[in-house]
Amino acid sequence: MKLIFRLIICILFFWINHADCQSKMVSIKGGTYIPLYGRDSLQVTIDDFYMDVYPVTNQEYIKFVKENLKWKRSSVKRLFADGNYLMDWKSDTELGTAQSENAPITTISWFAANDYCKCQGKRLPTIDEWEYVAMANKDMADARQLETYNEYILGWYEKPKTFNNKIGSTFKNYWKIYDLHGLVWEWTSDFSSVLVSGESRKDVDNDSNLFCGSAAIGATDLMNYAAFMRYAIRGSLKAKYTMRNLGFRCVKDERINIGK
Amino acid sequence: MKNLSSIVVLCVALLSFSCKEHKETKIVDVAAEYQCPMKCEGEKTYNHSGSCSICKMDLALVMEGTALDVNDMGISDESIFNLTTKWNTEEGKMIVLEDLKGKTLVMVMIYTTCKAACPRLVADMRNIETQIPEKKKKDLRFVFVSIDPETDTPKHLKEFAIENEMDGEQWTFLQGTEMGVREFANVLAVKYKEIAPMDFSHSNIISVFNTEGELMHQQEGLGVNNKETVSKILELIQ
Repeated sequence: MKLIFRLIICILFFWINHADCQSKMVSIKGGTYIPLYGRDSLQVTIDDFYMDVYPVTNQEYIKFVKENLKWKRSSVKRLFADGNYLMDWKSDTELGTAQSENAPITTISWFAANDYCKCQGKRLPTIDEWEYVAMANKDMADARQLETYNEYILGWYEKPKTFNNKIGSTFKNYWKIYDLHGLVWEWTSDFSSVLVSGESRKDVDNDSNLFCGSAAIGATDLMNYAAFMRYAIRGSLKAKYTMRNLGFRCVKDERINIGK
Repeated sequence: MKNLSSIVVLCVALLSFSCKEHKETKIVDVAAEYQCPMKCEGEKTYNHSGSCSICKMDLALVMEGTALDVNDMGISDESIFNLTTKWNTEEGKMIVLEDLKGKTLVMVMIYTTCKAACPRLVADMRNIETQIPEKKKKDLRFVFVSIDPETDTPKHLKEFAIENEMDGEQWTFLQGTEMGVREFANVLAVKYKEIAPMDFSHSNIISVFNTEGELMHQQEGLGVNNKETVSKILELIQ
């Protein structure tokens, strides 16, 4: 009897520990929608998946850096992150004075974000997955037609330094996900599939010399200015870039217990 | 009791198991160089600041000191050999990019079912190749990385190589994983997107790497003048 009791305590302890190091995820029911930039058929089908409720925080990232020395600021390879990587940190494992543990991690490169998710047994969301979840407001799965939805996002673009705010400080959307709008921009696994150059003067000739088939891809809903901004940012990024207002969150495909 | 202790051990083992890795890196110091601005002692340089022993002027910095991170394998920070993903060649061999070390690399990303730009990119590569003196070709590798790893299997790539008469030693075709290809493209700043099954939109960029895997030159666009690219390659294989 005593043995079983101890065993239960032990398992409980393990679970608590496990839950602690795995950030909370919720399930997203897949579906079909038309993103701003799609494929040939315009419609995109999303499978069911799980998404982190919040962006990855400074605190979580510190833990990651302590366990993965190659992502320390002093030892990160220039191939994988530019000179601004974790620029506001006091040292390799300490935040700067103005930074909060529960604020989203920023100034990380795509390579760092990608490796972080991989280490958690997760992955970065694709653009289509991210946009699918992000088109929800508080109570609708697709609120893109609402004026208030677009106004909220554009209002955020005008607010300075929201990357210092704590996670969960914006609204909880239809999928029970926080902070997709209003805190930081987020990396996606295939950000480099956006073939708009972000520079309007360049877009005039579709950059046909540089991209094959870029003329085949056009925006579907030019009214969605907020989304257009996101695509423009993605199109202008390189994977080793780090920005003060660019963070990330992870997703995974199914709910199998991840032992690693 | 024995049971209990084994359970405890198991639990502890589970708890301490996490995603960790430790890789030793050693710092190779390249000292800064200082020199008298009047060159009182000719070209003599010092590895510290101070004043000239003859004219007493402050020594001027002539070369910035750098601390190069070189890991155990002797790969520099900027080298693409830092990518550890595995690739299949058209010969069915599994390699990592580092296996290509020691050769000057000319790399391009294509997919073999492409009808529009890729044939021209392939032609561009061939055009560059013909401008390289025959006896220098052994120091070079022309590498095609497929952006469609699902379709472009080693067998498929081999057929493509034969069809395009690129089956020689200097040509290499690589099939990766979806994530590996995306990562590689990101290093090259190549953008691509699947717009339909077996049809991609992608940047047309030819990249030149030195023998250490450091990016030296990129040629953007199709059918552009490749004079600069060729001269860069020739300079690298001198």
